[in-house]
Amino acid sequence: MNKPLNMATLFIFLLFLQVFVLNNILFLDSINPYLYIAFVFLYPLKTNRISFLFYSFLLGLLVDFFSDSGGIHAFSILCIAYIRLFFVRIYFRKITADYAFFKLKSESFGKIFNYTVTLTVIHHLIYFSFVNFSFQNLSNVFLNTLFSSIFTLILYFLGTYIFTKSE
Amino acid sequence: MQQLIYFFQKFKYFLFFLFLEFIALALTFNNLNFHKSKFVNSANAITGGFYTYTSNISEYRSLKPKNKILAEENTRLKNLLENNISIHFDKDSTLIDSIQYQQKFTFTTAKIINNNYAKEFNFLTINKGKNEGIKREMAVINSKGVIGITDNTSDGYARIQSILNKNSKINARLKHSNYFGTLGWDGKNYNIVQLSDLPRQTPLSIGDTIETGGKSTIFPEGILIGTISKINKGNSADNKVDVTLFNDMSNLGYVYVVKNFHKEEIKSLEAQNE
Repeated sequence: MNKPLNMATLFIFLLFLQVFVLNNILFLDSINPYLYIAFVFLYPLKTNRISFLFYSFLLGLLVDFFSDSGGIHAFSILCIAYIRLFFVRIYFRKITADYAFFKLKSESFGKIFNYTVTLTVIHHLIYFSFVNFSFQNLSNVFLNTLFSSIFTLILYFLGTYIFTKSE
Repeated sequence: MQQLIYFFQKFKYFLFFLFLEFIALALTFNNLNFHKSKFVNSANAITGGFYTYTSNISEYRSLKPKNKILAEENTRLKNLLENNISIHFDKDSTLIDSIQYQQKFTFTTAKIINNNYAKEFNFLTINKGKNEGIKREMAVINSKGVIGITDNTSDGYARIQSILNKNSKINARLKHSNYFGTLGWDGKNYNIVQLSDLPRQTPLSIGDTIETGGKSTIFPEGILIGTISKINKGNSADNKVDVTLFNDMSNLGYVYVVKNFHKEEIKSLEAQNE
């Protein structure tokens, strides 16, 4: 399998899925899933992280272009892209030598669940804080984060369940 | 020097991360400022092109309500003609209103290809831009009332700051009296906007019609906005009332961009006085 090509396809697929389909869901008038962050979960671990950080930033920025939100998506996706390694170390107990062989699929569901939930909640919290952009209506920020995270995670796990080949 | 290189080597990911975060932050802050938002918006050729495709597809779903709105507008215009109020459209779509408010403005129709209403800072994108003579700070209205103000323009597309944007401030007044206030939005319900800074002695009752006042150099006078739906009793500094919009902002199709009504003249006059 050609890995860079796979990632490029994933990038474009997630971008278009987000801006043309998911941004228009507006469940109960305001709840949207932000599935494009799946890029951060699925991008392979490498010792050189410059390209990964840059692609994540670019994906966020392109979503911003379509949804007229300045640089909010770029900011929040870059945050989780940067701290991803920290959570990989905590939840999967990997060291630098293991990065090349690391595969999210081969890990146990409990670990993957913790990992994705943490990153999703952090991303959504940053995103909705910036959308709100004031210290008022904080309850709104937390409620939005909660509901959107649940929505995003359900879609992510359904998506991985469908697209993983049964072996 | 070696220490410096070592420092960069050690923290290169963190520094790169900070650099990109800084760009994102700068874009975010610029976007919140009406006069500085230039770079990241949906009014460029690529996003505009994509949005044209998708809106062409999704347009089919709302043909019925759109037709109904057009029919209503036709009835209203016919009634106006019947009543022999001197209002007519000449070849360049110039509306001359010589009885009610003595004003004249030209407008052009455009189609909304991207509509937001669920966020707190909402923007719309239309399919006309600089090529059709649309510039920054032009009023956007439709048959039922105000929509917003044009913000960024590219050759073929323009972005509109919706009235459903916390930064929007529009001069508005009561239709039956000349008391005026400022129309803004609190970011909660997309059907309800807030009219504030009305004088305390203003006679208010639920159902009063609100329209644009003539104090602005962007909006023509007398464009409908909505009706008063809630009056806050008590002593608040800004004396706010809730206004229910005539427009359903979640279901918009074609709009009119009001091009000019002696705006340049008024602005130059104001500049002279300073």
